[in-house]
Amino acid sequence: MEKKKPVTQDSFPFIASAPSPTVPVPPGPIPAPPPAAPRNEVALTIDGKTARVPEGSTLLEACKTQGIDTPTLCYLENLNPVNVCRVCVVELEGARTLVPACSRRVENGMVVRTDNERVRLSRRMVLEFLASSVDVSTAPELQSYLERYGGQPERYGPAAPAAGEPEAGPAGVHAAPDGLTAATVAQPVKIDNDLYVRDYGKCILCYKCVQACGEEAQNTFAIAVAGRGFDSRISTEFSVPLPDSACVYCGNCIGVCPTGALMFKSEYDMREAGNWKESEQQRTDTICPYCGVGCTLTLHVQDNQIVKATSPLDQEVTRGHLCIKGRFGWQFIRGKDKKKSS
Amino acid sequence: MDLHIAGQPPERDERAAVDSVLGPLQLGKAESYHLQQERPARSQRHLLLPVLHAINSRIGWISPGALNYACRRLNLPPAEAFGVADFYGLFSMTPRPRVLIHVCDDIACLTGGAPAICEHLAGRLGPAGAAKPSDKLTWLRSPCLGLCDRAPAALVSAAGRKSWECALAPTSADALLAAAEQPERRPESPAVAASLSVPQQGQQGLHLLRRVGRLQPESLEDHLAEGGYEALRRAVDLGPERVIREVIDSRLVGRGGAAFPAGRKWEAVYRARSSQPTRYLVCNADESEPGTFKDRVIMEEDPFLLIESMTIAGLATGCEQGFLYIRGEYPLAFERLSHAVRQARKQGFLGKRILNLDLSFDIEIRRGAGAYICGEETALFNSIEGYRGEPRNKPPFPTEVGLFGRPTLVNNVETLVNVPGIVLWGGRSFAGIGTPRSTGTKLFCLSGHVARPGVYEVPFGASLAGLLDLAGGVAGNGRLQGVLVGGAAGTFLSPRELDTPMTFEGTRAIGAALGSAVVMPFDDSVDLSKILLRIAAFFRDESCGQCVPCRVGTVRQEEALSRLFGGHAEGVGQAPLQLAEIGQVMSDASICGLGHTASSAIQSALARWAEFSDLRQGSDPED
Repeated sequence: MEKKKPVTQDSFPFIASAPSPTVPVPPGPIPAPPPAAPRNEVALTIDGKTARVPEGSTLLEACKTQGIDTPTLCYLENLNPVNVCRVCVVELEGARTLVPACSRRVENGMVVRTDNERVRLSRRMVLEFLASSVDVSTAPELQSYLERYGGQPERYGPAAPAAGEPEAGPAGVHAAPDGLTAATVAQPVKIDNDLYVRDYGKCILCYKCVQACGEEAQNTFAIAVAGRGFDSRISTEFSVPLPDSACVYCGNCIGVCPTGALMFKSEYDMREAGNWKESEQQRTDTICPYCGVGCTLTLHVQDNQIVKATSPLDQEVTRGHLCIKGRFGWQFIRGKDKKKSS
Repeated sequence: MDLHIAGQPPERDERAAVDSVLGPLQLGKAESYHLQQERPARSQRHLLLPVLHAINSRIGWISPGALNYACRRLNLPPAEAFGVADFYGLFSMTPRPRVLIHVCDDIACLTGGAPAICEHLAGRLGPAGAAKPSDKLTWLRSPCLGLCDRAPAALVSAAGRKSWECALAPTSADALLAAAEQPERRPESPAVAASLSVPQQGQQGLHLLRRVGRLQPESLEDHLAEGGYEALRRAVDLGPERVIREVIDSRLVGRGGAAFPAGRKWEAVYRARSSQPTRYLVCNADESEPGTFKDRVIMEEDPFLLIESMTIAGLATGCEQGFLYIRGEYPLAFERLSHAVRQARKQGFLGKRILNLDLSFDIEIRRGAGAYICGEETALFNSIEGYRGEPRNKPPFPTEVGLFGRPTLVNNVETLVNVPGIVLWGGRSFAGIGTPRSTGTKLFCLSGHVARPGVYEVPFGASLAGLLDLAGGVAGNGRLQGVLVGGAAGTFLSPRELDTPMTFEGTRAIGAALGSAVVMPFDDSVDLSKILLRIAAFFRDESCGQCVPCRVGTVRQEEALSRLFGGHAEGVGQAPLQLAEIGQVMSDASICGLGHTASSAIQSALARWAEFSDLRQGSDPED
């Protein structure tokens, strides 16, 4: 049997090579990273004009350089495009179908049309589909697109009576339509915690909250898309309430929601009471007071009270994402006994 | 990722179900379950669907205890696993009886006796799916089960320790109830002669169906005696590049519906070898297009032919791993293929040293779980990988970024089984069969009102009328109203168009598509509005829900149709325009082929509606 070696300093050579506690700071300015290699340019034609954009850009970015305002709903600059809403579609010569501008990369010689009859029809229909099946009352952007494209969501008939809580039965089963009404995703609001409210009757299934909860921001995976087809919905496992789920209340899902389906409880209560006045609110940027990361907070202030906290999407540190403290931890300011709570 | 898994520990049955796929949990030093895995837990997500199948067939539904235990074993967030399980039609996330009768009420069975069965079962058991979990059995309506040649069809399943599934066709309500009464014993499948599905059986000139009925599907010896593995030996002699050359020369195009040149895919996957050594072969056997059953017949009657074809494809393109994704509603084909793979492995035709040479290729069979969309190639990848069967955006195409992100060759069953012939006779002689642009022979699925329904093999070039004649002409009352070509995603043609050549170019010329080669005639007594409503309902049920045009469009399409046919005063006038616009946005802006074709059959029928109405009114009223 092998003899056991005695444990000495030599058994752990890395201890000797560890840096000393006082690391010397090199003199001179902080070195800058080497300049990025210039990206090749790609030339394409958008609505008859030649556009030159860096290789790897999306059609959406290329359209932007031409001053074209492309509608988007499921797109957000701090998330990977999932191209599911299809409101950004454009016509690409040579392609059988329209292509999503948000995710399609530019190629040399592409000929793109962004505002012809075919594109306008698809965009109008997508917006009508959403507005006729989802409550878009807190989605001003979607409403403005609807107006731009002349959508008439009411032409599909009056809304069918709400079906109540969506059930997790087998996928691929539905009741036959009555030939009069239009099916919607209307359902009761979910209020199961003090921080935020989930009103899935306003959900357009843009997948952004799932991305933000999952690997693109929080890595918590408390919610996912469940069901299939029109019965698809955002859900926890077995639809358990949020407090029983993996949710850590970072609120990043609220931060990315484009329709107000996910909302601060405080905002929801104020809206219910008719006190929510967005036009009167001031936005002030500050730094989160909690930890050393130094996230930028945008405080939304109404009547000298903070009513919600967000972070700018283009902020280097946060990319718009926060944690529970930065997102919700400002209520102590409104506490009755400030000394006690600070 | 920190997993948050709440709830009770699994019951014994729940644990056993999961362990049957993942192996027993070895509790050891580490407390955390997932530290026990041999491989990094993340790489095992692809086992989620097999695990869900095991849970469903043992427990009867996907119970929280079992799902949570599966999540622990696979290191998966329960919300994600729930979202995946809830995607599939064969799984239930709520308790239900252990014995299920899935009655097909899709287009072929709708005119083939399904309504009577449904009515009878509703009388005995209450409305579809309405049973309490404590009840012994329940019945459900099902989309096409791929048994259209023997309508009406049903799938009976019993969950438990000795679970079984059995497709019964043709069947009756009494036969179904009798089968369901004895969940402890799998019903004897009534001996179905192969000739029932293949009326041409034994005839001269068949190529793909030549061996059907001549061999025992379970017997590798029969396969070898009937020329089996000759093509593989020849392919090995030729070498990958020559084999791919022959496939290109054969001008074989995909038989799954999209009609893409097979050789180009093979070449692309082969070429990717320098940058991507790991590549995959996927056989798409998720045949779910209503009215389609050709692949089922091949898989049930000649499973070794498919296994050999896959082996040739895998070796030629350099894929060492093949996946065969078969729809969950084909229990017999699954059984026979699994058996064939085991046999082939045992005899050295699959595995590490094929034919005792330094050649390696193996096949893993995966079962779908009731989702038409998983026949879309990228949805199929997601399904195998353990994600929801949602199609991916293309580009990139599967030959660049496919299964597990690797270059992947995806071919349909019928496409693949053409390969041995191409290898043996040479691509050029194969290209001499059929027409210049549609080479080879084609399997057609004839059902509905034909005298002898079944799979028919003909060289490309036959007309629609010729196919109907081959199947004994129009049955029912004998007076043809219209023919659905290509399935629910296909086109209705009128009797005026019977001389259409059933080739890729011939159907394209009249704005139709061959699709999955469904040919389903309806006599003039059939109320086509019911068929159209069923097709609209089908697409609503089967849309994955990812993109707006298809998710909402399929709903609005069904509503507009029922407004049109229901004769409701308001909105009837608007319905045709609405349907046209809905169709356009779905085909222009959807992500995948399901959305692109979800309005095709409906639009084509409405375009010919006056003709169909005239034919219906010319006939004597039934009742």
